[in-house]
Amino acid sequence: MIGSPNAANAFFPHRHLLGIEALSAAEIERLLDLADSYANLPKDDERARKLLRGRTVMNLFFETSTRTSTSFELAAKRLGADVIAMSVGTSSIKKGETLLDTAMTLNAMKPDVMVVRHNESGAVNLLSQKVDGSVINAGDGRHEHPTQALLDALTIRRRLGKLNGLLVAICGDILHSRVARSNIQLLTKMGAWVRVIAPLTLLPSNIDRMGVEVFTDMKKGLKDVDIVMMLRLQLERMQGAYVPSTREYFRFYGLDYAKLALAKPDALIMHPGPMNRGVEIDSEVADDINRSVIREQVEMGVAVRMACLDALTRNLTGNQ
Amino acid sequence: MTPPSLPPKPPKKQDRPLALVNARLVDPASNRDETGGVLVENGVIVATGAQVTRANVSQDAEIHDCHGRVLAPGLIDMRVQLREPGEEHKETIETGSVAAAAGGVTSMVCLPNTDPVIDDVAGIEFIARRAREVRRVKIYCYGALTQGLEGKDLVEMGLLADSGALGFTDGLYAVRDVQVMRRALTYARSFDALVIQHPEEPGLAAGGAMNNGELSTRLGIPGIPAYAEVMMIERDLHLVRGSGARYHVAHVSTAASVEAIRKAKQEGLRVTCDTAPPYFSLNESEIGDYRTFAKVSPPLRGEADRRAIAAGLADGVIDCIASDHAPHDVESKRVPFAQAEAGVIGLETLLPIALEPYHKGAMTLLAALRCLTSRPADILGLPQGRLAKGAPADMVLLDIDRPYRIDVAKFRSKSKNSPYDGRPVQGLVLKTFVDGRAVFALEGERA
Repeated sequence: MIGSPNAANAFFPHRHLLGIEALSAAEIERLLDLADSYANLPKDDERARKLLRGRTVMNLFFETSTRTSTSFELAAKRLGADVIAMSVGTSSIKKGETLLDTAMTLNAMKPDVMVVRHNESGAVNLLSQKVDGSVINAGDGRHEHPTQALLDALTIRRRLGKLNGLLVAICGDILHSRVARSNIQLLTKMGAWVRVIAPLTLLPSNIDRMGVEVFTDMKKGLKDVDIVMMLRLQLERMQGAYVPSTREYFRFYGLDYAKLALAKPDALIMHPGPMNRGVEIDSEVADDINRSVIREQVEMGVAVRMACLDALTRNLTGNQ
Repeated sequence: MTPPSLPPKPPKKQDRPLALVNARLVDPASNRDETGGVLVENGVIVATGAQVTRANVSQDAEIHDCHGRVLAPGLIDMRVQLREPGEEHKETIETGSVAAAAGGVTSMVCLPNTDPVIDDVAGIEFIARRAREVRRVKIYCYGALTQGLEGKDLVEMGLLADSGALGFTDGLYAVRDVQVMRRALTYARSFDALVIQHPEEPGLAAGGAMNNGELSTRLGIPGIPAYAEVMMIERDLHLVRGSGARYHVAHVSTAASVEAIRKAKQEGLRVTCDTAPPYFSLNESEIGDYRTFAKVSPPLRGEADRRAIAAGLADGVIDCIASDHAPHDVESKRVPFAQAEAGVIGLETLLPIALEPYHKGAMTLLAALRCLTSRPADILGLPQGRLAKGAPADMVLLDIDRPYRIDVAKFRSKSKNSPYDGRPVQGLVLKTFVDGRAVFALEGERA
């Protein structure tokens, strides 16, 4: 029987991966260890290719994405799964079909895993209640983007050997960012200290209650940090004036060498992409091979998604 | 203002008088809580009190022994949406009436946000005609304050009031343009018409789907700051002071709103307000994992605000409790939270939730029932809502202490969007009378 969860799976006792919030530090650690092992495998490893043989992974993106959907697709293929990528934003939704109708239709094709992105917070959670297989949240509104946080953590861990005790600054459009919320959840659970740096219009209310320290002055916020995590200024989500101009934004909140000099000398620069060069990050800084790990993040994305697919499908009975 | 012509005409002369005897009469209007009976002739109360007993009424009377249960005026629900005309898949005047009778509601006032909008005499008359046809409970309506609820041009308030509109409101919308609101209040004063406002600064509410705060941050749902409510109320209070109009604030939900209204009342402004059960019985944590049945407008607030609303009811600053009945079909709620329609049904939970403060000892039974009977009647200018000689015999017989769990599956309302399913409550409607006519009787009850 495909799709029924097996509660006995102690490795990852969740049917879905909807967010970091529901995970324990030990579960995160195990996922990262598994991802680490995938990162070290050659991409044509035959043992890996047997793991999801006969399984169907369906990518269901209600919001356009290239890198995340490609990354999931590649991860699923490396594990030997059959992958179907659906960009729903362009088809049935425009014909008036509801989210759940679309989900139910696709569910009838019996996918083992659905990888879902949606522009509304909570939409993936809603969908997960109505399908038989496992669901991975590939980003829902402003809420969570768990695989991004995991791949960021893996990147950091591979570079610095740990997460515990690190000082991480997350800078930019926290308000609209699911990446920020997932990263705050993950990093604080793993014992890192998190600062958020942004103009107050881009900070959600009571963000300090999530266990972070708030800075509006980037120079103060970057002092002595180990990691500088930049966020994309989500120009497409800016209804109304959150910041007066990109010029002013870059002056105060863009990462350039002058501001970077305040962080630890070997501080790493991260960005979930896609970047607005010259808006939140200076082009040269972004491309600095000694400091920027942005390319590595993309690389780790595949390994992390392989680990998530592997962990979730271990829950499915009838696994070969 | 001429008396509203809306309630269906009194029924034909009844063959026999009706005597409800051996009841605990609870009449907030006269502050009475005593054992006695009510004698009804031709749909009108002709006598109440200890002298109405089985022995004292005429031989031909139909006698109904209440076995000591509470007999109170029928509830007056001053804010409901019945979705007819236009959205009959969610509710109709018929299904809403059945639900009301089962909930002990004998009079209700519906909002004009139907399709088409009730902004002309024909709309008012349509509701009146449908109410006559269904003939279960009394149904009134408010007229739109501005044509098409667009916030621009005033409706024909005088004509609508003459046809039976009990007040004027743009329903779920606040009137954004302050000059339009000023003229509306000033013009309404000419007819002494009641103006009802949805208190929410629209600019701050735009795009928001829940209360702004830690929870909205965690869920990634755009928030509406609590102060959006008091800002609108305080803006309007200046206009009320300038115009002398009668102004009613619907469903207040924040501590700051209660304080603003308290001060306005102390100042002597003609201001009243109501709240709805969600605002004193639930808080924002009810949303949990994006539960759309907990999405209402104004949004559920934090615990401090919930307590302030409960306190405002207990100290009387909040005049009334209205159900804010907002039926929605499954498809309007089974969508991502931000896209879901706001509102919950309330006709069949109004009484037990409104009795919670009484059962917790925060309010007397008289005070709790006053918010549901004589206070809304006085604000709306209705003769019912009291067990008094000459008043219409709209009454409800209650088992005030009976414990049970709310079971949405048993609701008569066409929609089932209630946040209270499974909630343990006390206070059960046994029988409902409109103009002396039994419109609801709980199955399997002897009383």
